[in-house]
Amino acid sequence: MKMITLSINGESRALDVDPATPLLWVVRDYAGLTGTKFGCGIAQCGACIVRIDGRPVRSCITPASAVVGRQITTIEGINGDKTGLHPVQQAWIDEQVPQCGYCQSGQIMAAAALLDRIPSPTDADIDAAMSGVVCRCGTYPRIRKGIKRAAAAIAQTPVPENDDG
Amino acid sequence: MGKWTRRAFITGGVAAGGVVVFGVAIRRGDRSDKVRGLIAAESESLFDVWLKIAPDNTITAIIPHADMGQGVHTALAMMLADELDADWSTVRFEEAPAHKEFANYSLAREYSAPDADFPAWLIDSVDGLFFRATQMMGVQITGGSLSVRTTGQIAMRVTGAATRAVLLEAAADAWQVPVSELAAGDSMIRHAASGREATFADFAPAAAALPLPAKPSLKSTNEFRIMGTSPPRFDVPAKVDGSANFGIDAVLPGMKHAAVKAAPVFGGRVLTVDESSIEALPGVRKVVDLGDAVAVIADGYWQAQKALGSLAVEFSDGGNGATAQDSIFEQFANELDAAAAAGREKTDFVSGNATAGLEAAARVLEAEYRVPFLAHAAMEPMNCTAWVHDDRCELWLGTQNPLGFAQQVAKAIGMDQSQVVLHNQYLGGGFGRRAFEDFAIQAARIAADSPYPVKLIWSREEDVRHDHYRQASISRFRGGLDASGRAIAWHNHYVNKHDPEEAPHIPYAIADQAIVYSESETHVPWGIWRSVDHSLHAFFTESFIDELAVAAGRDTYEYRRELLAGSPRFAAVLDLAAEKSGWGDSLPANMGRGIAIHRSFGTIVAQVVDVEIVDGKPRARRVVCAVDPGYAVHPDNLAAQMESGIAFGLTAALYGEISISGGAVLQSNFHDYRMLRMHEAPDVETYIIDGGGLLGGAGEPGTPPVAPAFTNAIFDATGIRIRELPVSKHELRMKDIEDVA
Repeated sequence: MKMITLSINGESRALDVDPATPLLWVVRDYAGLTGTKFGCGIAQCGACIVRIDGRPVRSCITPASAVVGRQITTIEGINGDKTGLHPVQQAWIDEQVPQCGYCQSGQIMAAAALLDRIPSPTDADIDAAMSGVVCRCGTYPRIRKGIKRAAAAIAQTPVPENDDG
Repeated sequence: MGKWTRRAFITGGVAAGGVVVFGVAIRRGDRSDKVRGLIAAESESLFDVWLKIAPDNTITAIIPHADMGQGVHTALAMMLADELDADWSTVRFEEAPAHKEFANYSLAREYSAPDADFPAWLIDSVDGLFFRATQMMGVQITGGSLSVRTTGQIAMRVTGAATRAVLLEAAADAWQVPVSELAAGDSMIRHAASGREATFADFAPAAAALPLPAKPSLKSTNEFRIMGTSPPRFDVPAKVDGSANFGIDAVLPGMKHAAVKAAPVFGGRVLTVDESSIEALPGVRKVVDLGDAVAVIADGYWQAQKALGSLAVEFSDGGNGATAQDSIFEQFANELDAAAAAGREKTDFVSGNATAGLEAAARVLEAEYRVPFLAHAAMEPMNCTAWVHDDRCELWLGTQNPLGFAQQVAKAIGMDQSQVVLHNQYLGGGFGRRAFEDFAIQAARIAADSPYPVKLIWSREEDVRHDHYRQASISRFRGGLDASGRAIAWHNHYVNKHDPEEAPHIPYAIADQAIVYSESETHVPWGIWRSVDHSLHAFFTESFIDELAVAAGRDTYEYRRELLAGSPRFAAVLDLAAEKSGWGDSLPANMGRGIAIHRSFGTIVAQVVDVEIVDGKPRARRVVCAVDPGYAVHPDNLAAQMESGIAFGLTAALYGEISISGGAVLQSNFHDYRMLRMHEAPDVETYIIDGGGLLGGAGEPGTPPVAPAFTNAIFDATGIRIRELPVSKHELRMKDIEDVA
């Protein structure tokens, strides 16, 4: 097997895995970070979303070889060096968003990326950014509220957020 | 088997480490050895338990149900803690292990007597013989929206109250004061007259030696301090940071990974498999022929999945290769015709004389409705990690039915049930699918001859194509109206009856009713799907009553309301939904409003859907949901379950269709088995009525009414009556350009 070196959550990891392997399985089975989930394998559901250099990317169709030298952030590293919860995570708790919880890593990563790009998203912005992430429990109304709550919390935080890890 | 006695029900005792346990003992104490090793931490030992009090005064509720997002761990712990007068901030939970000691007799009881009326949460409503029968069935299922209704009411509350009683008794004894002078609260006992106070833990050892009252007095609703509030759920923090362990997250030393492909046609078998076609591929360990499926074990899951895709394998079609969706519906229609012609329909419910009522009617309407098969499509595809070692089989997975799984896995691999140890994990969605053990049996069989643990993960395609499906069905109606337009006769003939028995029944005061059915088996595996038969019958009955209202020239809400005049709880729920929705207000031309009401699992739900038609596509903009579950133990969680049930039902109404082609399922993944997404999700407003009486369920009752409320709204906007789901099959036009037939 070939080796590949990836930067995951700010840490350089040398992994013994075929570089053609989708990042999803590299992260889960080789880097041991199971917060990122498998849902469909064809980029239809968003359960596998991680951030690559800050942008939300579907790891199930992204070969590990394509992200060498890039900054990979998973749910486990969402808050970078900062302690405590990311504002999106806190908002998710405050709004009691998750039900089964399986899709929520993908939802949270997509929401965090949205808020970095658009600090005060409109409903249309939320629709556009979040419609690629399926929640079978139908927590969408609470996700929407959670994003707005997180946006408000971030706006009140004096230090600008930077969670690219 | 020892003779059952009531005293065996509740019991207490001091365990090692100073932990004191109290519980509704499901069996006599001598059986309790079996759970001791399964549930206890090192410093503890336990017997049949629902509640532990630790020396630091923390309270732990032992909960025999799986949490798949419905918040049951929190709600059940609240019920116990409230009766105990515990300090909620120090209450914890543990999920009970898969063991007969935690068999859930309540569910079997409910299913054997759908309208069984538990005399006000009394332990002596539980009858010993039935109890034993259920034990033999080995039921520890999470389903039927029953956890709070039965486990909560009977086991958790009674245990909390009984434990509180003996704690007070022990305190009275220690302080030499009458029990009546003591007060319990915040996990403390206080004696106001002397100013003394002490923790529950201080009295727990002495209390455990006292006989627990068989029939402790329970609080009335106005005495609740924890029930009726909405504390944060226990499970949420782990679900926002990736740390919640789902079945798919199991990791064991030396574990290998497996991918599986079952015969595409139900009933098919493996004809030939050529292992040499993949043996040179990287990471591949072996191919396992399961008879009706093949699996590949590899070092990594991606390797296994890729190799499986290259594996040369042929399947038979089990003689079902010619079956198509149209032929299934044709078979149903033919059976309905034949049964009606021969007068051999089976009776579901009869009141008065529907035939005479229809003959006497001034006007008779007829309609036929159809629904397709549906898959569950839980976000976490089916998966199970199995490790067969040292004469036992350990399983890591998420299941709604741990005992049933253990039993069936044991049978499949020739073990005794006691040799199967099941570690239940968080469920990434259940909806009924995780009550079926097929994937666990596969994992156990794949791992059975392997010297390492194996994690089997189904692809999404496998998950969609090898589900246990919500049935497809046809339902035919004849409705009679008198000269004033009032419904006086109701005749309904449908295909295939499952559970719950009352799903096709209507709440309306229509004197002459005949609800009948015929059976017409298919080769498509059937399964329980969120709300089971209610999911189809609410669409059928609430669409047809809407048709009768429209035919009578009446407002669809007022028409229903008149027929519910003798059912005050239904009327109150319907009224609340109508009022909160602004029923009767005018809407923009491209919008419509529809209403529906249905009771399932003891909970009455009415919903009003506002639909907007854009470019011929309907979009549900707003759903107003009124719900009467008797009493809302955790109102925010009840609202969350309504939101969830609505999204689930709306997904099915809009897009849900599993169709059969060449005997196999045509759909394969989320691109052709579509889910509701953020931009399509309506705003949901939930309004709760605590109507009293028995508790209803929360997880399922939100689903049934939304499809008919949605299609009734589409009719209101377009004049097009949707009689076959999903809605996406139909082309919609606005009624100003549509000739309303």
